Amino acid sequence: MIRMRNVHKSFGAQKVLDGLDLDIPAGKITAIIGPSGEGKSVLLKHLIGLLQPDSGTVEVDGESIVDLRRSELNRIREKFGMLFQNVALFDSMTVFENVAFPLEEKTSLSKEKIRGKVLLALEDVGLKNIEHKFPDELSGGMKKRVGLARAVVLNPKIILFDEPTTGLDPIIKRAIHQLIKETHAKFGFTAVIVTHEIPDIFDVAQNVAMLFRGKILQHGTPDDIINSTDPAIRQFISGSLDGPIQMV
Amino acid sequence: MVQALGHTTIVIVRDLGRTGWFLLYSLYMIVRSPGSLVHVLKQIRFIGTKSLFVIVLTAAFTGMVLGLQGFYTLTKFGSEGMLGTAVALSLIRELGPVLTALMVTGRAGSAITAEIGIMRITEQIDALETMALDPFKYLVTPKFIAAMISLPLLCAIFDVIGIYGGWLVGVKLLGVNPGAYFYEMENSVVWRDVYSGFVKSFSFGLIIAWIGCYKGYYAGHGAEGVSKATTESVVLTSVIILVWDYFLTSVLL
Repeated sequence: MIRMRNVHKSFGAQKVLDGLDLDIPAGKITAIIGPSGEGKSVLLKHLIGLLQPDSGTVEVDGESIVDLRRSELNRIREKFGMLFQNVALFDSMTVFENVAFPLEEKTSLSKEKIRGKVLLALEDVGLKNIEHKFPDELSGGMKKRVGLARAVVLNPKIILFDEPTTGLDPIIKRAIHQLIKETHAKFGFTAVIVTHEIPDIFDVAQNVAMLFRGKILQHGTPDDIINSTDPAIRQFISGSLDGPIQMV
Repeated sequence: MVQALGHTTIVIVRDLGRTGWFLLYSLYMIVRSPGSLVHVLKQIRFIGTKSLFVIVLTAAFTGMVLGLQGFYTLTKFGSEGMLGTAVALSLIRELGPVLTALMVTGRAGSAITAEIGIMRITEQIDALETMALDPFKYLVTPKFIAAMISLPLLCAIFDVIGIYGGWLVGVKLLGVNPGAYFYEMENSVVWRDVYSGFVKSFSFGLIIAWIGCYKGYYAGHGAEGVSKATTESVVLTSVIILVWDYFLTSVLL
């Protein structure tokens, strides 16, 4: 369970999060939707302590992660895996080395066991015989899948997805969504997906929260959001140019 | 105007504090968690071995110029026999450490900043943090250790090649007595000279790694941010080396 209460965050004069409250239930897939530039990635980075709030609290399983010492924060981060928007694979390492890296650094498994786990994780995301390649030799969809393999390889309790399907074609997009659902069903982790893939995300997520003007406008099941009467949510779902959401 | 002045002061003080903290934390991490030997050896290869060619080339021509200039000056006093001493002391005490450091700054310092800067803007450093791993252990401490080992060794090579560069010009081209060249050198160069050169190189290695890593770690956004960080890194490192050299010389003289 992740809980955010009255979280404020500004960058210079720009207010990004403005008294945000959000509860993310354990073991479910929660999607955070909202217009571009509204601070969805900023919100996500608060959950794992990559950004600290100006004020307010962020709790993971009842423990506050605000202003912790690095060692204490790292203890909580052990629960997390993260798939970055640009995947953030280590570009001087091969695919195999990328996926093996967390295992080598965080476990005392033998080389053979690590090899087995890495190949299995790659197979789980539908990749074979690419372990010797470097990230810049892969397509966008393949990179995302390698990133997903790296995120799940330590079997974390919580996985954060920062726009996992941005820039992918519709077929790969659907495949990635399917993959998230399948890996979630297999491992049972808590998933938080930041996205603006409407309506696809309603088939993937069990909870959806709409972020707008630094606050969660509404949080509920996909049906709650689809049937919402809030003008901003209706405009966002329909993609209309008229409404409270203004193009910057 | 007062507001702008106040803002600038806050930014400068914050940056100075952050730079100092970066150095202290790096030194702490060297003691606590120095990283794997493989990482350190890779960095020694990059900072040290791959700088060899440029160091040898620079050293040879520096020694040769010293040979020419020294001969010209010493001939005026009829002391051309002291050429070996002049070349050796100039190189060992001053030019060897400083020029080695400046060459390594241009070749490896800039690359360190660019590498860490690109990792910063492509979220690779964030990825390490989300894995509950300290990026300093993988990116910073191996470079510090490698630079502090490589610089004194490169400096020693610079000194030797420079001395033979001076010998080539002084003895072979200008006819200085070969025995006098080395004999006077042996008589004049003492352990304290060599020691001061090594102390300088060691501290210059620390400065190169410190500023190179710091500028990359806090690089701004996009390609422009990395490019700016790289330029700032080379300029700042070079200036700090020259200023620090003055203070160290005044202490070690």
